[in-house]
Amino acid sequence: MLTRGLLTRFVNYMQTVIAVEDLRKAYQPRTRKAAEVKALDGISFGVPPGEFFGLLGPNGAGKTTTIGILTTRVLPTGGSATIEGIDVARDPVAVKRRIGVVPQMNNLDRSLTAREILLFHAEYFGVARQAREQHAQELLEKFELGERADEKINGFSGGMVQRLKIARALMHDPAILFLDEPTTGLDPQSRRAMWDFLHELNSKGQTIFLTTHYMEEADQLCQRIAIIDHGKLLALDSPTALKRSVPGGYLIELQVRSEDGAAQSFAAGLSSFPGVVDVKPEKDRVRIYADRAEGLLANAMRLASDQGVMVTDAHVAEPSLENLFLHLTGRSLRD
Amino acid sequence: MTTLTALLHRDLRVARRDLKYSLLRVVLQPLLFTFIFGFVMPRLGIIQRGYTAMLLPGILGLSMTLSSMQAVALPLVIEFGWTKEIEDRLLAPIRISGIAIEKLIVGISQAIIAGLVVLPLSWLLMGVHLSLGWWDVGQLILVAFLSSWLFAAFGMVVGTLVEPQQIGLVFNVLLAPMIFFGCAYYPWATLQVVPWFQAVVLVNPLVYANEGFRLALTPQLPHMSPWLVYGGLLVFSLFFTWVGMRKFARRAVD
Repeated sequence: MLTRGLLTRFVNYMQTVIAVEDLRKAYQPRTRKAAEVKALDGISFGVPPGEFFGLLGPNGAGKTTTIGILTTRVLPTGGSATIEGIDVARDPVAVKRRIGVVPQMNNLDRSLTAREILLFHAEYFGVARQAREQHAQELLEKFELGERADEKINGFSGGMVQRLKIARALMHDPAILFLDEPTTGLDPQSRRAMWDFLHELNSKGQTIFLTTHYMEEADQLCQRIAIIDHGKLLALDSPTALKRSVPGGYLIELQVRSEDGAAQSFAAGLSSFPGVVDVKPEKDRVRIYADRAEGLLANAMRLASDQGVMVTDAHVAEPSLENLFLHLTGRSLRD
Repeated sequence: MTTLTALLHRDLRVARRDLKYSLLRVVLQPLLFTFIFGFVMPRLGIIQRGYTAMLLPGILGLSMTLSSMQAVALPLVIEFGWTKEIEDRLLAPIRISGIAIEKLIVGISQAIIAGLVVLPLSWLLMGVHLSLGWWDVGQLILVAFLSSWLFAAFGMVVGTLVEPQQIGLVFNVLLAPMIFFGCAYYPWATLQVVPWFQAVVLVNPLVYANEGFRLALTPQLPHMSPWLVYGGLLVFSLFFTWVGMRKFARRAVD
């Protein structure tokens, strides 16, 4: 079983649909004195088919530049990027045939109705008339745009615009779907609906490449996440593994009642448990930062009863990507 | 190729939907000009009746070149600078130069349509007597094509250089002098009385278009030599196409 799993992973690795190798993008300064701006400073990663891959980072980290290069809209100044083995800079037309792109901005054709936007997009890609009409109708219904399909998009809500942008990108059945910050500006309900939809799409085998600065989004949707900042790749792994990699990522909070002094020695005892990184005792509360939570809570309870400390409440907080980002960069993702 | 036709199909659909506005834009100005200069002023005796024959080619030239230029420049300014709508087409499976060429074809087509509307209209209103042989019709078609191409390419240069908030400026600072110094309302040959001015206006591509129409429609009246007309049209067309396509590619790919 194990070898089979490894083999699958190896085969997947060989079949990466997106391969990025030491990718760089530098912008020439406007004035001679200003320094060159490095939007991407040598990042590498690969995405196997069927994966939901996320690029997480704060604004200005290089996410849009990366997606811009992969979707042929930005030329790299170093390194290489291939889509299904095709170099994006050398053969952009062949790459464009294989990708569907949902950009951050609303770039829907304002001169056309929703249905026409889908139909013309498919026509650009040479989809036959009957096939595109059928596909457009299906997508309009699926995205709950059917009622306003024959209106221009001027009065559409943010959620409708977003759904139409995704429908458009799917009109030519792309091998890879690129989404640049797809839920920015959406209300929580629309965001949740969008997540459900993207999740479903991926479960049917669609390879998805997503950028976001929302940790919850990357955490909920992606099988693997690349964290980037200042054009550099800081970490790349599954959300669970990434979170586990934060030292002291788990937070166990105990509400305690005890005699004077007992709490202090309780805290000291806790510090000696394996995996515990830091213990912060307060008046009626003890905070334990640990690398892992398994068994620690039970041990802590045992120690408490031995030392005559009464635990009235316990809470375990899982590590978050926010903590990881803080750990990696020393600053918060929200800044 | 299919992508190019699909792009043209999209522009045709949009143009047909906005047909009444496009027609109004194309027809109104020449109609006003024709009415004042070709009808009112000759009757007031302020200008000679023969002036209308000098005016007709200029009116046609202006209508066609401005249509062509606007058809290319305005959407580009707005789509590159403001709505980013063009991204949709930049992601179509076609080379960037293919999209630029499609824009030029659209500009040329719109100019041809403008010409087909304006020429009979002003002809009728002004009552100019034109006797065109096959040779003149051939010249007319050639001049019409070259002028439309030149200004479609010029529109691409303007459309890729100008920011949306500068559109007004372009019309006042660039287009107004071009129109007034463009030999639309007077033949270039008559400028020989002010030699320096006659030389200076040669940098204005509109001069070659208007003189070209004069050459084709009213060969009996003073006009620029055919060599200069076709040479000027061709050189400016190639130059603006080269610059425009380069600028387009730079705007399209970062």
